[in-house]
Amino acid sequence: MVSDSVVDIDSLVYTYGNMTVLDAISMSVKKGEILGILGPNGCGKTTLLKNLNRNLSPHGGCIMIDSSDIESMSKKEIAKKVSVVPQTNEIRFAFTVRDIVGMGRIPFQDSLRGASSEDLKIIDKAMEQTGVLSMADRHINTMSGGERQRAIIARAIAQTPEIVLMDEPTLHLDINMQFEVLDLMQKLAKDNDLTVVMVSHDLPMITRYCDRIILLHDHKIFAMGAADEVLTKENMRTVFNVDAELERDPRTGKNTVRLFGSCKE
Amino acid sequence: MDRKLKIMLIIISLSLMLILSALMDLSWAPRPLSLGEVWDVLIGNGTWANDLIVSKNATRVFFGVFVGAALGVTGGVVQAVFRNPLASPYLLGLSSGASFGAAVAIVISIPMIPIAFAQPFLAFVFCLGTMALVYTLSRTVGGVRTETLILAGVAVSSLFSALVSFLTYIAPSEQMQSIVFWSMGSLGIVEWENITFAVPVIVVGIILMIMHSKSLNAMMLGDAHAMDLGIDVKKVRLFLIIISSLVVAAAVAFVGAVGFIGLVVPHIFRLLLGPDNRLILPLSAFGGAAFILMCDYIAHIASGTYSVLPIGIVTAMIGAPFFIYLLSRKRSDVGW
Repeated sequence: MVSDSVVDIDSLVYTYGNMTVLDAISMSVKKGEILGILGPNGCGKTTLLKNLNRNLSPHGGCIMIDSSDIESMSKKEIAKKVSVVPQTNEIRFAFTVRDIVGMGRIPFQDSLRGASSEDLKIIDKAMEQTGVLSMADRHINTMSGGERQRAIIARAIAQTPEIVLMDEPTLHLDINMQFEVLDLMQKLAKDNDLTVVMVSHDLPMITRYCDRIILLHDHKIFAMGAADEVLTKENMRTVFNVDAELERDPRTGKNTVRLFGSCKE
Repeated sequence: MDRKLKIMLIIISLSLMLILSALMDLSWAPRPLSLGEVWDVLIGNGTWANDLIVSKNATRVFFGVFVGAALGVTGGVVQAVFRNPLASPYLLGLSSGASFGAAVAIVISIPMIPIAFAQPFLAFVFCLGTMALVYTLSRTVGGVRTETLILAGVAVSSLFSALVSFLTYIAPSEQMQSIVFWSMGSLGIVEWENITFAVPVIVVGIILMIMHSKSLNAMMLGDAHAMDLGIDVKKVRLFLIIISSLVVAAAVAFVGAVGFIGLVVPHIFRLLLGPDNRLILPLSAFGGAAFILMCDYIAHIASGTYSVLPIGIVTAMIGAPFFIYLLSRKRSDVGW
C-alpha cells in the first residue's frame, strides 16, 4: 500500500488483565495533519497514544511508522521520530527551562558526549519558536501551567520529530492558555512540517484545531473523518451522552461545537 | 551570582578541601606531623621516621578517597532513581545486610578461613544478597514500583538489624565490641590487598553511574517523561541498582557501615546548584572523598593517642548540623 501516511495502525489490541482497552483499532495518520482522537474518559485514548511510541507494547496487531514496524525499532530510534507533550503536570525539581528543553536531545546523544553545537542551536531555536527563550534560566517548578506547557512543547520540538503526540494538551490550563497552547502547536506544525496526534475529550478544542477526527467509543473506532462527518448530533449523543451540534462560527470561519446539555433524562 | 562562577568556586574550594584533608589525614601520628613535613615526604625529602608515618596512613587515606566517592555518588544515584530524598543505599537494606554478614563472620569463626578474609567476603555477599532479595520481593505484575522497593528495603533491613542485635547480644564481649565497631565503620581496618579488589570495582562503577546522569535527569521528571525521550527506564533502573549495590558492597565490605555520606553529600550540592545530575554526581564523588577524610582525621585527633573513634559517629555529628543549616536556609529551592 503506497500512501501519504506516516503512521499505519493495523488491528491494534491492548488489554489490561481481562479488560480490553483497545479492540482491533485500525487507522492511519496522514503526513502533516493534525489528527484529533476524541472519546470520553476511559475509552482508551491515552493507551492508544502510549502504544504509538511503544511506552506500552500492544497485545495484538502492529504499528508502522514510516513503513517500519515499531516493534523492530529501539526506543531511542522511536524517540528520534516521535516526541510527546504529556498531560500538564507538576515538575518538582528546580531544573531550568534550558535543562528541560535540552533533554529533547537525549535520543541523539551517547552517554559520554554532551550537547554538540548543533544541539545547542536546535535547543535555542525550539525555545525561540515557543516563546520561552527569555525564560531559559528560570526554574520550571516556579512557572505557571501555561509557561511550563510551552517549555515542554519546546522540548518536544527540540527532539526534531516527525510526529508529536499530545495527551490532553489543554487539561488543567486556564481557558486563554488553552487557546495559546493550541495556536502555538498549530503554528509549529506548519513551520516545522510536523504531524500532530492529540487525544482529548474537549469537543470544541479538538473540533477547532484538528484537520481530521477519530471518535473512539467502547474501545473501538466509532467514526473517523472530517469534523462534519464525525461529529453528527447522533454520534455525539451516542459517544458522549450530550446534546450538541456542530456549527461553523461565522466570525472565525472555523468549526465549533455547541453544547446544549446532557442527554440523560 | 553568575552560575558558571559559582560552579568554578565550588570546584576550587572542593579541591582545596580534598587536598587539605588528605594532607591532614596523612599527618596523623601520636605526635602529628606538620603539613610541611607531610609535603616533604610526598616530594621525597622526608626523614625516615616521617616516611614511615605517612606510608602507614597512606593506605587509609587512599582507600578513604574511593570509599567517600563511592558513597557520595551512589547516594545521589539512588535518590534520583527512586525520586526519593531519603533514599540511600542503606535505606534499601544494603548496610544492615553487610553488617549481618560481617557479624556472622565475627561470631561464627569458620575453620581454616582467616577472619580477615571471611569478614569482608561475607559482608560483600550479604550486601548483594540483600539487594537481590529486596528487588525480588518488590517485583509485582507491572514491574518494580519504587515505593514497594523502599518498603521492602525497610522491612528486610529491620530483619537484618534485629539479627545483628541478636548476634551482638549473644557474642562474648570481645566479639561484641568488634561487631559494634564494624557497624559504625572505620577506614583503619583496610589492607592493600583489599584495595586492589575494591578500587577497580568502585572506579568502574562510578564512571558507569556518571555516564547515566542525563538519563537520571529525565527519570527525575517521571518514568513517562523518560520513556518519551527514548530511555528504557526499566532497564536503566535495574542496571543502576545493580551497579550501585556492587559499588557500595565493595566499599562497606572493608570499612564497615559508614553512614550519612550517601544521604547528605548529594543533597548539599543540590541545595547549592540545583538538581542536574551531570553536576551533582561528579561533585558528590569529590565531596564524599573530602568529607570522609576530614571525618577520619577528626576521628583520630578526637580520641586518645592509641585509639580511634568509629568514623560513622563523626560523619553524622558533623554532617547533620551542616545539613540542617543548609536545609533551613534553602529548602524551597530543591523541590524536596
